[in-house]
Amino acid sequence: MSNIEKDEHTGVETTGHEWDGIKELNNPAPRWWLGVLIITIIWAIGYSVIYPSWPTLSGDGERGGTVGSIGWTQYDELADSQVEIFERRAQYLSRFESASFEDVQADPGLYAFALAGGASAFKDNCATCHGTGGTGAPGYPNLLDDDWLWGGTIEDIHQTIRFGVRADHDETRFSEMPAFADIYSSEEIADIADYALSFSTGGSYPVRGKELYDEQCALCHADNGTGDRFQGAPNLADAIWFYGGSKAELVAQIRRPKHGMMPNWDSRLDANTLRQLAIFVHSLGGGETE
Amino acid sequence: MSDTAAPIKFFEKRERAYPKRIWGKYRKLKWVAMIVTLSIYYLAPFLRWDRGLHAPDQAILIDMPARRAYFFFIEIWPQEVYYLTGLLVLAAVALFFVTSLAGRVWCGYTCPQTVWTDLFVWVERIVQGDRAKRMRLAKGPWSLEKLWKFAVTHMLWIIIGMLTGGAWVFYFNDAPTLLEQIIHFDVPWSVGGWILALTFSTYLMAGFAREQVCMYMCPYSRFQSAMFDKDTLIIGYDEDRGEPRGKHKKGDSWDGRGDCVDCTLCVQVCPVGIDIRDGLQMECIACGLCVDACNEIMDKVERPRGLIRYDTTHNVEARLTGQPVSSHVLRPRTFWYISIMTIVGAVMLYGLLNRSPSELHVLHDRNPLYVTLSDGTIRNGYDIRILNKTHDDMIFSLSVSGLEGAEIRVQAAGDPEADSLLVYADSVGHYRVFVTAPKPSSGRSDVTFTARTTDGTIVETYSGLFLSAGR
Repeated sequence: MSNIEKDEHTGVETTGHEWDGIKELNNPAPRWWLGVLIITIIWAIGYSVIYPSWPTLSGDGERGGTVGSIGWTQYDELADSQVEIFERRAQYLSRFESASFEDVQADPGLYAFALAGGASAFKDNCATCHGTGGTGAPGYPNLLDDDWLWGGTIEDIHQTIRFGVRADHDETRFSEMPAFADIYSSEEIADIADYALSFSTGGSYPVRGKELYDEQCALCHADNGTGDRFQGAPNLADAIWFYGGSKAELVAQIRRPKHGMMPNWDSRLDANTLRQLAIFVHSLGGGETE
Repeated sequence: MSDTAAPIKFFEKRERAYPKRIWGKYRKLKWVAMIVTLSIYYLAPFLRWDRGLHAPDQAILIDMPARRAYFFFIEIWPQEVYYLTGLLVLAAVALFFVTSLAGRVWCGYTCPQTVWTDLFVWVERIVQGDRAKRMRLAKGPWSLEKLWKFAVTHMLWIIIGMLTGGAWVFYFNDAPTLLEQIIHFDVPWSVGGWILALTFSTYLMAGFAREQVCMYMCPYSRFQSAMFDKDTLIIGYDEDRGEPRGKHKKGDSWDGRGDCVDCTLCVQVCPVGIDIRDGLQMECIACGLCVDACNEIMDKVERPRGLIRYDTTHNVEARLTGQPVSSHVLRPRTFWYISIMTIVGAVMLYGLLNRSPSELHVLHDRNPLYVTLSDGTIRNGYDIRILNKTHDDMIFSLSVSGLEGAEIRVQAAGDPEADSLLVYADSVGHYRVFVTAPKPSSGRSDVTFTARTTDGTIVETYSGLFLSAGR
């Protein structure tokens, strides 16, 4: 470009590019802006040397990528930032470890600590079946109500969580209802269902239903249908049904009973977490004292 | 009008102002304003105010970690930040009011930008000398003298900046404690960061940016012209009296010429570097230094003062036509400003005088909305928060009404009864509460929660819901 053309209106050089008579003016970015750009480039080079920056195909360590000259990693940063948290938690944990359930319930600080830990562990481990709100689903007990299959004191709840229900553990809670489809006809089972429903509804029932119930079911579910927590036999006389409260659902359960399973959490969670979980579940509203 | 199309200038290089020293009525007023405002700024955090054992004794304190703000007898919790809104509304309208009466006197005398710039110019003058010396020094080549004078100036600026930032942090911490920490360089990085940031911004704004802040950054200086009218006091050059201007030798006749001797002293003293004789300009901050300058000259040439003066457009016109001058303080504009200030002030005062010493908040559980119990009754869960803004521990009795057969139970450590909930002084009591009732006919019942102190002096209510249907 020997002769630089200047725009007649502004006096600014043109780049020589022209589209339909519109000429591009050469207004370069300000010098300071260019300076900042260059500084950022230099900064980036220095940064990539000092900090882990470049991914590598076969990682140097297990995490891959360049290490950086000062050896800084986010993992160390995280660990450092957690030291204080763990130290603070340790003070509570040591007190919590040696405290009985009653002690914890009487101490606002420990109780809040247990509830916070329990709520967190509940969401991680229990919410999958029992729901984030603890309301359960058909076949998965609602933990908020006052109807407990195996007892609602903190100790009962603790034992259930620790050893599970029908789990692979010697101490596990275990109950099994026979499949009455092998013993009785469909009509007989329907009569039993009518009688079982009458505990809560007060409706009429055939005499045969009561006779068969007294003979086969009362041993576990009790004469008046109130169940037996020692054997894990559900209360049939209340407003809450585990596998559904319609007659069809009742008949299905009597014919071929479904049996839920809860793992023994002592194999996966530590003792403190188990105790925190028991306190948390007990606090949800249905917890019993004795 | 111009005959040749001059190239459009996209960037105008700033002409730095070197305000000349002047003495007079308005300069005196400016010194007083500076001493008063800076004294308030630097000393206010050290004022004490006894609030008893459970609260800090600093009169003005914004306690960020504890989420409290204190202003003498006023204590504000975060949710009461609307008092701050009221204060800002008041400040804004007060500014409008003053501007409509007397122009940009806020800008000229009390704005921090003006006060600190003034202070920095003073430092500059002490070290480098008055206007002519400073200009010569700035234009001249680098020499040992220039070097040390500039170095001292900038060092003093930075020290003032540090004091500015140093005082700022006192409003957010216990001032005497923090002062000791600062002296020992033992401050948290948050405090140090603020001091540094304000040091830098003060140095930048008052040392370098100066009037450019008012011209390009400050929104107020731009929209204030909307508050001007013919009865607003502005600084004006009396063109009628002054023109035609010209040099005047002692003994010359004043006939057939104006009073302006074209000494340009009004331009030399101007901190924003304008010529007031060109008329009212956007840059003018109404500081009145040109008035002082002109009066001094008028005294010397033995002409009446007031060639440049504070006056209203109305009165300038009245004088020209020989009509009596008058001041219209109460005009529709000022009337409205006063009304707004009165209303906002009254609302705030009412709010402060009737500020509740406590609050009750009830949050209904969302998951689940309700629980059916084995006997068929319905239970709802709530998170209850009782705010105790007093400086004494208080016992509250919580009850629920509006629901047949409702029973209330508190789920908390130590199994407290609902009628004896302890809420510590100056804190929030947080309780889990269960309300159980026979299933109501409606799936959604309105209930009222009431928290009252045992002596019945405080009663707080909250309208809540009891749900028994729907998901």
